[in-house]
Parts: sequence; structure tokens; C-alpha cells
Amino acid sequence: MKSLELWTAIFMIVLGSSGGDVLLSSAMKRIGDLDQLRASRSVLAVIVRVFTEKRFLLALCCFSVGFFSLLTALSWGELSLVAPASASMTFVVSAIMAKIFLKEAVDHRRWIAAVLVCVGVALLK
Amino acid sequence: MCFGSIGDALLKRGMDSFGPVDLHHPWHVIAALGNPWVLLGICCLTAFFSSYLTALSWADLSYVLPATALGYVLVTLFGKYFLHENVSPLRWLGVLLISCGVGWVTRGPELTKPQPREPRLHPREEQHEIA
Repeated sequence: MKSLELWTAIFMIVLGSSGGDVLLSSAMKRIGDLDQLRASRSVLAVIVRVFTEKRFLLALCCFSVGFFSLLTALSWGELSLVAPASASMTFVVSAIMAKIFLKEAVDHRRWIAAVLVCVGVALLK
Repeated sequence: MCFGSIGDALLKRGMDSFGPVDLHHPWHVIAALGNPWVLLGICCLTAFFSSYLTALSWADLSYVLPATALGYVLVTLFGKYFLHENVSPLRWLGVLLISCGVGWVTRGPELTKPQPREPRLHPREEQHEIA
């Protein structure tokens, strides 16, 4: 039972993290290149612009779900299981979500990179 | 990249000292925010986040995310050469796979080109087409 709860928490970490990444990427594309914005506006104006973007705020909500799921999972299980399982799965799930929701051109090069990094991170932890 | 990995380790240190979260009182996890290790971890993750935002503003998510995995490689090298930790052959294989993945993805374009939209016909031309 404890194992099922732990994997549910890990699944929530992956979902919160990947969902947040997709929303964040979408928000940043709407805002535009931050380096160019900083060249024409003050740092405070750039921060205000970022924090008034709805998709950015939604992304923060998703990351909060992922963060508290991470804290919960870390209190139940070992870091050596929680960190590689959640981190490695996030790379593949994010690539899938980027292709579906952001219509990114995820070609064979990016799929191979996502899988290599996924396996590499799982071995590393 | 380094800030992300260090932040995760600090969070684990903080949650170890905080103790297990009770399922019947899940909101108690918010109290963990008062733990200094958790706070330090959050500071590191904030630094990681601002760099990540800048990268996402000019590159695709499926390009940026695998590239950030280079942080794991840096932390392993840091552990090996500065902290003199023992790194197993399996972990070196992980380092090799991540390096290959990052090298592979960074050779491609960083941003998806916007699809050209179909030119819309003028209303009069549309009527002619229907007729």
C-alpha cells in the first residue's frame, strides 16, 4: 500500500513538473525573448510582465503540486528512488506534452536525446 | 543546472530533519517551509528557475529540458574531483549517456519555425469560388 502511495506521489511530481514546463514554455513564448526585453525595459518591468502572464501563474500552480508531491514522496521514500524515477520520467513526458500541446517539432534527434537523458539520469542517481 | 541539483539535495536534507508527512494531516507539509535546509533549497531552485525562464523565452522546451540535464554531469564531476567521492562504473555510464543526449540535441535547431498560414481569400473571391 505504501508503495502504491509512493508511486502515486511520484506520478504527481512528473505530471506537475511536465504540465508546469509546458505552460511555462508557452508563457515565455508569448512574453518574448527576455534578453531583448531587458535591453529595452527595467528589470522590475520585466518581472512584472512575467508575473502578470496568466499561463505563467498557472505553471506556478502546477509546479506547486509537483513540489509538495516531491516533499511528500521524499518523506515516504528514499531519495535514490524518488529523484531518478521522477527526474528521468519528466524528460520523456515533457517531450510528449511539448509535441501534443506546444506543436513543437520533436524530431528523431530530440526523441533520442530525451530517451538517452532519461536512462542516463536513472543510472546516475 | 548546478543550482537545480544542489537545491534537490538540500530539500532532502530538510525533509529528513522534518520527519515523515502524515497522510491524515497532509497540510502539515506546509510547515516544512520553515525548515532552514528547505528554505536554502528553495533559494537555489529560484536561481535555477530564473535562468531556465530566460532559456525558454528563446528556445523550445524539448530542446532546453534535455540540455539542463548537463547539471547532473557537472555535479558528478564535482563529487569525483573536488569531494573525492567514489563514482561507480554504472554512474559513469549515466554521465556518458546524458552527455551524448545533450550533445545530440544541441546540434539541432533550438526553436521550431512557425508554420506559414494559408493565405485567406478575399470575401469576394470566396463568393466566386462558392458560385
